[in-house]
Amino acid sequence: MIIEIGYAGHFLLLLGLMNCMFLLTPKFATGLNISHNILLTASKLHFPILLISFICLIITFIGEDYSLDYVAKNSNSNLPLIYKISAAWAGHEGSMLLWCVVSSFWMFLASTYSNNLPKSLRVNFLAVMGILNFGFLLFVVATSNPFDRNMTVPIDGGDLNPLLQDFGLIVHPPMLYMGYVGLSVVFSFAIACCFEDEFKREWAQWIRPWVLASWSFLTLGIALGSWWAYYELGWGGWWFWDPVENASFMPWLMSTALVHSVIATSEKGMFKSWTVLLSIFTFSLSLLGTFLVRSGILISVHSFASDPTRGIFILFMLLALIGGGLLVYTLNSQKFIDDDEVKMFSKEGFFLLNNILLVTATFTILLGTMYPLFLDILDLEKISVGVPYYNAVFIPLMVPLILLVGYIPILLSRTSRNIQLIQLLVIIAISIILSLIFSVNSILFFIGIFSATWIIINILYDLRISFTNTIKLKYRLGMYFAHFGLAIFILGASISENNKIEKEFVLELGESATIGLFDYKLDSLRELKATNYNAIIASVIVSKDNQVITEIQPEKRLYHSSESPMTEAGIHARLDRDLYVSLGNMIDDNKWSLRVYDKPFIRFIWIGTIFMVIGSIFSIRFKKKRLYE
Amino acid sequence: MKKRSVRIYYVSFLIVILAFVLFLFIKTFNDNLLYYRSPTQLVNGNFPENYIFRIGGMVEDGSLVRIKGTKKVTFFVTDFDNKMLIKYDGILPDLFREGQGVVIRGHVEDDYFVAEEVLAKHDETYMPPEVQESLGISENSKNKTTESIQQ
Repeated sequence: MIIEIGYAGHFLLLLGLMNCMFLLTPKFATGLNISHNILLTASKLHFPILLISFICLIITFIGEDYSLDYVAKNSNSNLPLIYKISAAWAGHEGSMLLWCVVSSFWMFLASTYSNNLPKSLRVNFLAVMGILNFGFLLFVVATSNPFDRNMTVPIDGGDLNPLLQDFGLIVHPPMLYMGYVGLSVVFSFAIACCFEDEFKREWAQWIRPWVLASWSFLTLGIALGSWWAYYELGWGGWWFWDPVENASFMPWLMSTALVHSVIATSEKGMFKSWTVLLSIFTFSLSLLGTFLVRSGILISVHSFASDPTRGIFILFMLLALIGGGLLVYTLNSQKFIDDDEVKMFSKEGFFLLNNILLVTATFTILLGTMYPLFLDILDLEKISVGVPYYNAVFIPLMVPLILLVGYIPILLSRTSRNIQLIQLLVIIAISIILSLIFSVNSILFFIGIFSATWIIINILYDLRISFTNTIKLKYRLGMYFAHFGLAIFILGASISENNKIEKEFVLELGESATIGLFDYKLDSLRELKATNYNAIIASVIVSKDNQVITEIQPEKRLYHSSESPMTEAGIHARLDRDLYVSLGNMIDDNKWSLRVYDKPFIRFIWIGTIFMVIGSIFSIRFKKKRLYE
Repeated sequence: MKKRSVRIYYVSFLIVILAFVLFLFIKTFNDNLLYYRSPTQLVNGNFPENYIFRIGGMVEDGSLVRIKGTKKVTFFVTDFDNKMLIKYDGILPDLFREGQGVVIRGHVEDDYFVAEEVLAKHDETYMPPEVQESLGISENSKNKTTESIQQ
């Protein structure tokens, strides 16, 4: 029975590929009503086909069908059920299938909610989405088919990488993919717009909720990844400027720019050409990210033992899409005529500055990520770009941007000069006090605190005056929420980086050490046998002035099937401070090396991103009105 | 404001930003490159002096020595042609094992390498490309030497 399910899944994949063919036909028979209907049906049908195929894959994991190579490599009979299910998208093949499912889901939505678009625009839009879906699925079928059979069937499977046996890794990839692939909707729409006679600003209104939705997912996905790296890798960092992180951060920065420029286009009909170009670049960068991560060029937890044809396939797809997209754009760019000119000191002027800064920042990260790869490909030198580069280039670019964010409430509410001055003095006073509380040791820290206070106070002041005006409030609330989240994030990042304490030392059972304000005592060690691993659990008692505050239990696990040890950090998380203990190496029988981190306000980093996402969701407003005639 | 003057503002702003970025870039980029070397290159003196860089290879079997009661360790990293003594005072990663690949960041002191960070590969089937390649290079050189001996 289980064997048939594997075949059914495989069959559905091929059926999906056939289905995509129907999506491509209308381009050659525009105007025929029949093909139009076929297109709509096919674009909606693609999602259930792939979803069922993916469910088949999950069933083969639950049913332990090790005749499938992918299942045999990524799962075994001892794995808890939840990880058997999540293993379906933990490896390369399955995660690429998930990508296709997500992509077909977006196409389903795009097809369902696009009936208010002009017909020709809608047809082209769905046809471009069809091409993308075809490409993705062809990639899976040709190079990374999770339903490929083994020649010999192993008795038991290998193992899911222990690092991936975790809640964060169950939700991180689907979220990230929803974001990445959501941008393909924006890309397809931009390309379709190029084929129309003129670009109407209503179309920017139509695409705006899709941009915001993708942006929200992307933000959540990246935040989840960062959170996972923080508690799972055992190094206590939340961002490493690792190329894999950069790969997701570049599309994020670009889509942040897009979120803003699309407002100017939809409200005033400005930056039409730029918004279209930005849409093309944003999706290209998310594909580039996938290429970097999946091709195995980069060293990371994401690069699986890889096959060079996969990299070449994605590379060609990338070149075709960027090249094709840019070609279509260039041939049609004279059609995009702005309705109005930009004024320097206006909302749109600020959007322009925002876009310049964000795109420049993306470019510097792109350079830092790609330069080592180019040198390597040319066989000149093996290098990697260190964290100080990114900090030195990225942060100075973000400072003016953040100051602008804080100025927006003043710009919108047209606060008088005198009040502005008083506000500024209050803000400076608060940031000096805060800096003194946290004992500054760098100018950067002060700038961080200042800009966060600057944003928060200005927003609160404007909210106080515009609170009675519900219409104003309705339009500003989402933006204020997101910007408030940014300020919270900056506070968290500044304080946790400035005031963190990171120590490594050796403790014997019963011995204690003082780090920062707290004493840490290695109280006991015990063993635990779980279904798929054995663990040593240490109990570390944290106290302050002989008052016990908490007990932290870091673990060292040894997974049976792969024989690989894994560190589970113990974290005592509070709003204002994380106490983070992870077990290092066993020195003697009762002696362990430990990592102890004291990270004040690090939670604010993720709380801030949650606010950003809430703000973005607040701003999503669908337009039901017909956009033609 | 007239349209043209607005445009001039923006263009000049753009130029200032670009110049600023270029300045930051030139200033910081070269200082923050981490070079990668294999043990053979190190032994041959082919490494940036007084610089932090990375070396990679296999942890030699049986070479790991723990200094009793501390977290200090020493071990050899080899590409099977040459090996380098590594000294490290810190916590070794979970996947660190003798006979397997590592990448180490640090600097050279006298005739040993002081490690600041030790990275092991992420799972048991995966080998960092650099390590694989530096092992490949010495494999080739091995073949060449045997060939030249035979000739």
